[in-house]
Amino acid sequence: MRDPETTELQGLPPRLPQWLARAVAPLPLAPLQPALALMLARISRAYPELYDRLGEHAEKRFGIDPTDLPFAFVLEPKPGRPVVRAVRELPEGLDASIRGPLAGLIGMAEGTFDGDALFFSRVLWVEGDVAAALALRNAIDDARIDFDNILLGGFAPLATRLSDALRKRVRSLPALPGGRAWN
Amino acid sequence: MELICPAGTPASLEAAVEAGADAIYCGFRDETNARNFPGLNFSREELRKGIAFAHRHGVKVLVAINTFARAGSFELWQAAVDDAAAAGADALILADLATLDYASRRHPDQRLHVSVQAGAANPDAIRFYVEAFGARRVVLPRVLNVMEIATIVRESDCETEVFVFGGLCVMEEGRCSLSSYATGKSPNMNGVCSPASDVAYTERDGRISSTLGGFTINSFGKNELAGYPTLCKGRFATPKGSGYIFEEPVSLDAAVMLPALRDAGVTALKIEGRQRGRAYIAEVVRSFRDILSGLDKGQTASSAGLAAMAEGQTGTVGAYRKSWR
Repeated sequence: MRDPETTELQGLPPRLPQWLARAVAPLPLAPLQPALALMLARISRAYPELYDRLGEHAEKRFGIDPTDLPFAFVLEPKPGRPVVRAVRELPEGLDASIRGPLAGLIGMAEGTFDGDALFFSRVLWVEGDVAAALALRNAIDDARIDFDNILLGGFAPLATRLSDALRKRVRSLPALPGGRAWN
Repeated sequence: MELICPAGTPASLEAAVEAGADAIYCGFRDETNARNFPGLNFSREELRKGIAFAHRHGVKVLVAINTFARAGSFELWQAAVDDAAAAGADALILADLATLDYASRRHPDQRLHVSVQAGAANPDAIRFYVEAFGARRVVLPRVLNVMEIATIVRESDCETEVFVFGGLCVMEEGRCSLSSYATGKSPNMNGVCSPASDVAYTERDGRISSTLGGFTINSFGKNELAGYPTLCKGRFATPKGSGYIFEEPVSLDAAVMLPALRDAGVTALKIEGRQRGRAYIAEVVRSFRDILSGLDKGQTASSAGLAAMAEGQTGTVGAYRKSWR
């Protein structure tokens, strides 16, 4: 029975517009691969403590599925030889998959959204090895990855201004309806 | 009143310091602390650095070594006590009698706090911890209303600390066996309630089911908010109907109770959530720091306004207004 003292509350990340998903759907994924590989290699070198927190889970295969985009990522953090690739759909046999809107996944990685809060609101969902997914979440949260610097290196100051503008634009998009949209 | 804030990682510790914590509590990356989750907690080196960072900002660090020592492996708990003291911990948060005894004898000058896991819920129990081990503070279980807390404060020669925000247990802290029943592992002995390694989610016919140790404990439709995958927050079928029996997925939000807790003589207010990300830590700590600043100016808050952070996106004042016994 619900406690009479309870109060209902709200608060969710935005979801990318469907026209954007439709617009990028026909694009080939192959050109993404070099950029993804470079980004992961930079993260792996710049944040070695990630592997300390991942422990045994560093050898596992993770699926990262932005549910408002028509593609997903398979991540293998393996120390010294990390691999990431873009896929149309997550394959079978992954150890763990994390699904949620792009803004939620990025916000969680940047430390602006709390993973448990997104889970409670049904915005984010985990399948497979929950311990591996938790270890990945906690390792990334602690690492405080500077994505602007990772993505654009020496252009980071310009990138920061651009990404701040982009974030403002994304935040102005409508939030998920009641946080109940999931795939 | 002091604001005591959680940290599961060094990044969270720094976030809590920057958000206005008076003290941080954290634990080692092993079964000596009751939040022994994957990818969480501190190495010895991280604790030393974390304490140094906090002290530079005038913030205390309390180290939770609050599981019950396993027979034959007591050296693990002894090492945790020794290493936390050597790292400069401002207090150790302990629950186990043997660990309290060891800490009080080996480190007589070390400040000791009685963990909520000890379940010390009356003046006699608290007096025992004070007289036997020199405990300076007790973290009260979340079973007490404000009148009971005021009585305890009045009759105890010991500081009190109470939870004001975050996850709720089913009021059997330190004695709960639900996780053990389903998985063989418990927060009391292994530092894990409903360990992630024993949790699974499956989708069937548009519903997500959560299982713990092979037991299906809940099922969510597309429009339902979720809670932690613990047995206490599972839904059960009974002759009188189906639903939540122990506890619904809600979080404690006692912001509205702060004036009463202050008047009751409480020393410190504790935020739950060492397993949460630094976004939670920063937002919740900042919110309660603002509420406490407002309280000093005679203002009161109706809630912490932290809906998005709450389990089930719902807040409750828990037992603080409880009128039954």
